[in-house]
Amino acid sequence: MNISGQDLILACSAIGAGLAVIAGIGPGIGQGIAAGYAANAVGRNPGAKSDITSTMLLGQAVAETTGLYGLLVAILLLFVKPLLW
Amino acid sequence: MNNAILLASGTDIDIMVHGLIPYEVFGQTCWITTTHVCVLIVMIILIGFFIAANRKIKHAKEVPDGFQNVVELIVEMLDNMVKGVMGINSAKFANYISTIFIFILMSNISGIFGLRPPTADYGVTFALGVMTFCIIQFNKFKHQKVKGVLQGLCDPWPIWAPINIISEVAVPISLSLRLFANILSGTIIMALIYALLGWIATFWPAVLHVYFDLFSGAIQTYVFCMLTMTYINQACEE
Repeated sequence: MNISGQDLILACSAIGAGLAVIAGIGPGIGQGIAAGYAANAVGRNPGAKSDITSTMLLGQAVAETTGLYGLLVAILLLFVKPLLW
Repeated sequence: MNNAILLASGTDIDIMVHGLIPYEVFGQTCWITTTHVCVLIVMIILIGFFIAANRKIKHAKEVPDGFQNVVELIVEMLDNMVKGVMGINSAKFANYISTIFIFILMSNISGIFGLRPPTADYGVTFALGVMTFCIIQFNKFKHQKVKGVLQGLCDPWPIWAPINIISEVAVPISLSLRLFANILSGTIIMALIYALLGWIATFWPAVLHVYFDLFSGAIQTYVFCMLTMTYINQACEE
């Protein structure tokens, strides 16, 4: 089989994109912990449910950022292909 | 679109921004893209709504009906949101926060109506991030004066100044990247599903639209505005 350099770069880009989205593990754990503690807090103090929910969503969205950076790297590798320039 | 990479694709997957009309700026070729068109459509809809709301409120009735109720509900909700976070500073910034809230929300949920969401283009979200950055820095210099800002930069010791400057500059970048990446990922997933299933997908992915466009879009709008308010509030401290 004849593999040109370009094909090799494309294949490695795909592997790299797959590795980059492993970054999603961290935010997943973090968001789960945040949601768990929020549920705990609502259980203790059901009156503050709306405040707790908005705080939880804000914290989760900030925690999500690192995972999104991994996603961005994957998207850049797949669609923009900076290594082929 | 390169189909060699997206093996699942049956038809063309269209997630990219396309250029429509080229024009020259200082020898560089720039493009009027589909994003410009989508932003214009969103703007026209919003301006139409605002003009109608303005007309209605000018002839406001004592007992609100139909459309006036909706307008009052929106304004009250946004005012309460800003007041809940910013406290005494809320009067000055409610206009700005409400404007970007409505604009980002309409942009995010425009995916339902078949547009490519304008916020899935980094140019749009970066502009929003830069606007927030300018407001933060302006208020910092206004409330803390030059001396306070310099003191803030050299927080524990002067040797930490480069790190503090980086963390200042990272604010608009992380704000805009968060919004951009969330909406773009939703757009890509929807495009992949449509391409994967072909004509079968014409009807049922409505459920996914509810999640990726409505829910995710609304959450990201809320988060963007909350973070903007928090940063501005920090900058306003004496």
